[in-house]
Amino acid sequence: MTAAQASPAGTVTAPETSPPKRAGFGRLMLSEWTKIRSVRSTVWSLILFVVVSIGFTVLFTALTEANWNAGNDAATRNATIVADPVNFIMGAGLGLGQLTICVLGALLITTEYSTGVIRSSLLAVPRRIPMLAAKAAVFAVLILVAAEIVCFAAFLTGSAILHAHAPVSLGDPNVTRAVIGSGLYLTVVALLALAIGAIIRHTAGAISTVIGVILVVPILTGLLPGTVGKHINAYLPAQAGTLIGQAHRHADDLLSPWQGFGVLCIWAAVLLGVAVYLLKRRDA
Amino acid sequence: MIEARDLTKSYGGKLAVDHLSFTVQPGLVTGFLGPNGAGKSTTMRLILGLDRPQSGTATIDGKRYADLPSPLRTVGALLEAKSVHSGRSARNHLLFLAQSQGLPASRADEVLDLVGLSEVAGKRAGTFSLGMSQRLGIAAAMLGEPRVLLLDEPVNGLDPEGVLWIRNLMKYLAGQGKTILVSSHLMNEMAVTADHLIVIGRGQLIADATTAEVIARSSEQAVRVRTPDPARLTELITAEGGQASAGQAAGDGGAPVLLVTGMPAPRIGELAASGSVVLHELSPQLASLEEAFMELTAGSLEFGQHGGGPGTGPQPGGPGPAGAPPGGAPPGSPYPASAGSPAGAPGRSAR
Repeated sequence: MTAAQASPAGTVTAPETSPPKRAGFGRLMLSEWTKIRSVRSTVWSLILFVVVSIGFTVLFTALTEANWNAGNDAATRNATIVADPVNFIMGAGLGLGQLTICVLGALLITTEYSTGVIRSSLLAVPRRIPMLAAKAAVFAVLILVAAEIVCFAAFLTGSAILHAHAPVSLGDPNVTRAVIGSGLYLTVVALLALAIGAIIRHTAGAISTVIGVILVVPILTGLLPGTVGKHINAYLPAQAGTLIGQAHRHADDLLSPWQGFGVLCIWAAVLLGVAVYLLKRRDA
Repeated sequence: MIEARDLTKSYGGKLAVDHLSFTVQPGLVTGFLGPNGAGKSTTMRLILGLDRPQSGTATIDGKRYADLPSPLRTVGALLEAKSVHSGRSARNHLLFLAQSQGLPASRADEVLDLVGLSEVAGKRAGTFSLGMSQRLGIAAAMLGEPRVLLLDEPVNGLDPEGVLWIRNLMKYLAGQGKTILVSSHLMNEMAVTADHLIVIGRGQLIADATTAEVIARSSEQAVRVRTPDPARLTELITAEGGQASAGQAAGDGGAPVLLVTGMPAPRIGELAASGSVVLHELSPQLASLEEAFMELTAGSLEFGQHGGGPGTGPQPGGPGPAGAPPGGAPPGSPYPASAGSPAGAPGRSAR
């Protein structure tokens, strides 16, 4: 639309001297990309993510393979693995690897507060929603790419190690979905960590909370008796989200793989919404 | 132009800015003065949309900060608090800011050159000295070639060369018609930099006038006289209703010094001539901005909880050489009575 068309009918207004346009979302993302790539914690977290995820996948699958017939409960344990090998492989190393990108997600925003960069950020982009949205979008793309690479690498190494006892390949039903889905899970859980970081604003508190939500709370709710505990447990972000790594729904699961992933997405969306609300409300 | 209208902000029930209204005009360097905790930084944060006011509005060229399309192209701000990631290089800090405004990456190099940081552009900001950090902050403020500048304590940590550089930069930018609001504790620095002053205390406006007016309004003016015959001149002056007291000896072995109040300099000269008294010096003494500032802010404290503090008004017989009121600073005053001028300048400086 030209300036002439924009002016009210019948009036001719002099065109303003090159009015600066509202920051396009693309340039906000470019800016956030510069931020995220120019600090060391990003590089170190991603290196740790790769090393821990693939390292522990190799370790757990190799130990399982080496001790295939060891122990009294070997038969039941092996039955679970053979029934859904991709779920076992995806769960082996990513459970620990996810912590590195969750820490990165929390750090992404808490270090802005601890170093004071948040003031620079908000002076440049005073509108809180685009600022957080650009940050989340850039981070999501970065983690999605890294996580898919790691998930496929973990699956290929894990399945190669387990091949003798629990053969599985990407061509098997739902296996590709489980591997890609695990990358999606990691991306959304990293965004959830970013949201918690934006809500809590302090590095130590945010990281403790994220680890608590992912690792500690499921253990505590697991201790609750009867179906109450089971229901609460099923809808926790990590418990629900990791269902996407299953090739098929297990008999005792309350949610299907995609339903579980949906529950995780709702958690992340709600927490990001809370983060935006607080960002708008609070002083920087 | 910056307009603050009825701005109010409290933190945890403590009022930091109290119904503050003022206007900052383009083409001038406007000094923003007040004791520590007077609310200067808070006011700037409210103008910049970093904090939310309880009431009131702040606009820049008629718009709220958050409504500016590319804010750094309109407003440049240097905050007192750190706002740079210690692990990120100076260039990358400026680069992400430039990108967010749609500015070319070359603009980051230009401002680095402007503030003299080109050689350390790739170094992590955490390794910078206070002065270098301050220069980086100024580079960020200048990035979008803004027409409005808010600088919170810009000369903090700068060496004399840097102070001079900032002073000239502000004057140059004001000469180009830009709007400049600069806060500082260095009152004498403001005396030579600012055209206009906004003085606040306890979050309230105390004075909003030209620098010359603030100085002139505040203190009774004295005239410094040197004569080899102080007794005779004192006689003449007292007879005319003036007051003369022995001033601080110059220490150069010259004639004694008298400080005369209640009489303008020309009249003292006429009296000396009529009485055939030789004068070696006759100079009107203007209150330094620092004194004016202390009087103004001490007044604001008096109207606060320290009702009826020691008088800080004009001193009979002329102020002492240090310019400090005999009663000392009011209780709770952030400035002790013995506080000298930060730059080591004399308490009373001649114009």
